[in-house]
Amino acid sequence: MNNSPFVRKAASVQSVMLQVLLALLPGIAAYVWFFGPGILVQLALASAAALAGEAAMLAIRGKPKALFLTDLSAIVTAWLIALSFPPIVPWWLTVTGTLLAVVVIKQLYGGLGQNPFNPAMGAFCLMIVAYPALMSQWPAAGQLDFATQLQLIFGGVREVDAITGATPLDALRTALRSAASPDSELHGLRAAQLMDGPAFGWLGGKGGEWVALGYLVGGLWLIQRRIITWHIPVAFCGALFASALVLWGLRPEGFASPLFHLASGGAMLGAFFILTDPVSGATTARGKLLFAAGAGVLTWVIRSFGAYPDGVAFATLLMNILVPLIDMKTQAPVFGHKKD
Amino acid sequence: MLTALLVMASIAVVLGALLGFASIKFKVEGDPLVDQIDAILPQTQCGQCGFPGCRPYATAIAGGEAEINQCPPGGEEGIRKLADLLGREFKPLSEEHGVEKPKSVAIIDEQTCIGCTLCIQACPVDAIVGAAKQMHTIVAADCTGCELCLAPCPVDCISMQPIAETVDTWKWRYPVIEIKAAA
Amino acid sequence: MLRKLFKFHGGVKPQTNKAPSTTAPIAPVPLPDRLVIPLHQAVGGHPRPLVQPGDRVLKGQRIGGADGSLSSAVHASTSGIVRDVAPALMPHTSGLTTLSVIIEPDGEDRWAELDKLNYRSTPPDELRDFLRDAGVVGLGGAVFPSYAKLKPGKEGHLKTLVINGAECEPFITCDDLLMRERAGDMLKGIVAMRHMLHAEEVLIGIEDNKPEAIAAVQAAIAASGEAGIEAVAIPTRYPAGGAKQLIRVLTGIEVPHGRRSTDFGVQCFNVGTAYSIFEALELGRPLVSRIVTVAGNVAQPRNYEVLIGTPMDHLVRLAGPRADTDRYIMGGPMMGVRMPAFDVPVVKATNCVLVGSPALFPPPPPEMPCIRCGECAKACPADLAPFEMYWFSRSKNFGKAQEYHLFDCIECGCCSFVCPSHIPLVDYFRFSKSEIWAREREKDAADTARDRFEFKNLRQEREKQEKAEKLAAKAAATREKVAAGDAATPAAAGAGAAPAKPSGDDAKRALIEAAMEKARQQKAQAAPKNTEVAAPEIQAEIAAIDARRESAAKATEATPPAPGA
Repeated sequence: MNNSPFVRKAASVQSVMLQVLLALLPGIAAYVWFFGPGILVQLALASAAALAGEAAMLAIRGKPKALFLTDLSAIVTAWLIALSFPPIVPWWLTVTGTLLAVVVIKQLYGGLGQNPFNPAMGAFCLMIVAYPALMSQWPAAGQLDFATQLQLIFGGVREVDAITGATPLDALRTALRSAASPDSELHGLRAAQLMDGPAFGWLGGKGGEWVALGYLVGGLWLIQRRIITWHIPVAFCGALFASALVLWGLRPEGFASPLFHLASGGAMLGAFFILTDPVSGATTARGKLLFAAGAGVLTWVIRSFGAYPDGVAFATLLMNILVPLIDMKTQAPVFGHKKD
Repeated sequence: MLTALLVMASIAVVLGALLGFASIKFKVEGDPLVDQIDAILPQTQCGQCGFPGCRPYATAIAGGEAEINQCPPGGEEGIRKLADLLGREFKPLSEEHGVEKPKSVAIIDEQTCIGCTLCIQACPVDAIVGAAKQMHTIVAADCTGCELCLAPCPVDCISMQPIAETVDTWKWRYPVIEIKAAA
Repeated sequence: MLRKLFKFHGGVKPQTNKAPSTTAPIAPVPLPDRLVIPLHQAVGGHPRPLVQPGDRVLKGQRIGGADGSLSSAVHASTSGIVRDVAPALMPHTSGLTTLSVIIEPDGEDRWAELDKLNYRSTPPDELRDFLRDAGVVGLGGAVFPSYAKLKPGKEGHLKTLVINGAECEPFITCDDLLMRERAGDMLKGIVAMRHMLHAEEVLIGIEDNKPEAIAAVQAAIAASGEAGIEAVAIPTRYPAGGAKQLIRVLTGIEVPHGRRSTDFGVQCFNVGTAYSIFEALELGRPLVSRIVTVAGNVAQPRNYEVLIGTPMDHLVRLAGPRADTDRYIMGGPMMGVRMPAFDVPVVKATNCVLVGSPALFPPPPPEMPCIRCGECAKACPADLAPFEMYWFSRSKNFGKAQEYHLFDCIECGCCSFVCPSHIPLVDYFRFSKSEIWAREREKDAADTARDRFEFKNLRQEREKQEKAEKLAAKAAATREKVAAGDAATPAAAGAGAAPAKPSGDDAKRALIEAAMEKARQQKAQAAPKNTEVAAPEIQAEIAAIDARRESAAKATEATPPAPGA
């Protein structure tokens, strides 16, 4: 028989995870609207792979399956993987990535609550290193119909280069670099003018900005539900915005605008759903600010000067490494020991 | 070639000096090993290890002359701590040195005691008071339960009594981790 | 009048469940067949029994005397016959027994002769002794002897006396009912405490879910005409009734763990304690009863005036327990302790007997791994990081747990209450604390044993050395005498001794020969006592000593020892 307290709040890991999944729905809806229902196939594939991988590992580790499979944490990882991978990657890539996340990055470290790295971002980094071409092909909004998407996901031979381009982030960076060289036809054009193409919308990539907005709405709801706190989204967005602002303010012709950074790529998904993963993230209030701000600056650095299209995943993993140190050094003073 | 050698040599000298400086400046004043071992031993001074007291045993362990599993009062936990400290392999308590018993105190049956003072001389921690031809008694708070007073007593009036748990010494148990069996 | 209130971090809002037990007034309890009064009911030393089986006792008669620097007396709660003074099951989770006085009531409930005291004219020390012997302890649940807290700090006066009427635990309403029904008398107790502490102001903190109590206390303050006493409504949030949290809310002061609140100019007492101080001083009645809430799985939750020592099941029977009752909890659902049996006695710490059932307090869902969500840290009123302490407690890394301020934990249960992984966090902290205490006890015992062992060795060594030195000194003295005797008077070694060899340069040999001769003689005369079995060296020494004695007796004055002889 247990000891006090004898009463408990009705809260569970399952309900926390469920609310995170619900909060992803607005973003997914926008995704489907602009990019077609192919993403739903990817979500289903990833979910199935995550559950299968988790079940197998739980069986091997002799852990109760019913308890851990229903905690929904594997589904959250699966959805984040599906949403951060390009929607037209072949099925085996989604499945492999998800299995890597669940089996290697989560279960081999001890399962729920024990993984030092964010599983979804770990999988993203492994996959983009292993399959850089496949992981960099993003269709523009409305470019592909469902049949083509299905064919790309399940079909064998791909001629992707013909039908897809790079991400808006990548496209803008390439354009900016060529604009900087004097013998390019784009020479002298500013970022705002470069963003005139069909791939760009009013803020970021066309369609992508609405998906980001969907994530923002879901994230705000999570804050309102007190599942996450404001610290990480604010610090991440603030740091990304501020670091982008400095060089954009100095040389607007050479760098993307801060708003473009916020609305593009995985920024919103990262701010509200990935960096806020409590297991691999910082937990103290000051630690969260530091952790997310570091991730924001690193994201901007990788996006602006790195070789990969988006920096959120690498920035997250790099900051995950620092979490134990950050948490240890940012413990808040306890009752009666404050200096005020 | 010569430049490279010089550079390497000077780097070696600088780093070496740095390391030497650091080792002096940030020297960790650790307890000598014997003190650390002695701190782990339960200080019952019972001699079951084969040495006349805890410190001689600690000295013997540090000198590599004794195994770490010769202390029955320290029990398994004590052996584990010693193994951790010394980086040795854990081994179960050596049977020839005794078995782990619940912590006890000696009780003198005052009706039987003849006042011979032999137990007073045997007690390693002076926890028995009395004088010749006067009844003796144990200072229970100072008794380590070493049992060294049992053998010398000519009338066998000393017995060991396990210390009962009181509300002051009661401990909360380690919370049982309830995870349902695999479903 | 609006007073600026402060906030404490965290806290939770469990369902209060207080209304059902406040509908009826405080009721008396019929005398039980048997009262079991544990002698150790308060923090501090175990009181010593003052009665023996067969003694006749009167209500209010002292049966346990305070023992040690911090201890509080215990009294017979009714008149009757002492049946036994023996260990009995105590109201504690451990299920251990403690020395108790078992009284069979005679039904007369006759008071012993009571001494009253005018606290205004009594010296403070005498007043405190009186309260100690009246058995007044903190009735909020901590049962700390009140007399020890009724000392102003170093400055000799206090800024604020905080009276705790917050009563934040769900189900419990004993303080609420006390304030509603006995505010006037309680206030007299508060005035007495204020006098003892020289407190400038008195703040009575009451959670705002008890408007009737607030009104009653305010009316009593107005009627008394006392200035500087104020009843303050504070926001309802568990654990606002924790002493540290209440002091924080009312004054903004945070009293750290291990410090006296009087050092910060504040002291805090429960309203029930104030009432029992009134009873002790103005009526001369020691603490023999208290108000207890019976709530939970009963037909009619209610408050009762209960004699200390009344078996809990006797009390609960009045409220009509339901059939599926499986446990009694002493205290509330957040911090209460599970009782080992139904017939354990009501003690001074019993503010509530919460009747539990599997339906009312279901076992927690299976424990999941910690996901570091930080809910516990958000809820902790001591600003701790429970999930960090949990890692270290779970892995028994107690040093690290202490670095994260384990001992600042007040065990309020907020962290366990909110944990989505259903981890019994408080249980881990209780476990760690008692392990640390046990280790400290063991370490103290080992250190004492080491010191005593080393001292004994030192002593034996010193004794041996002293003996050796003494012998050496004596031997040297003898040697000198022998040498001197050789030079001056050949017969100095003794009347019956053989003539000393004229080899005065070899004093040592002379000495040995003299000694051996002496020994031979003695052996020839009579085998003396117990020296036969001694080793030859010792016999030689004895011989030397004897020789010296004789020579000293006969020929000393004539030949004072010359150094370097």
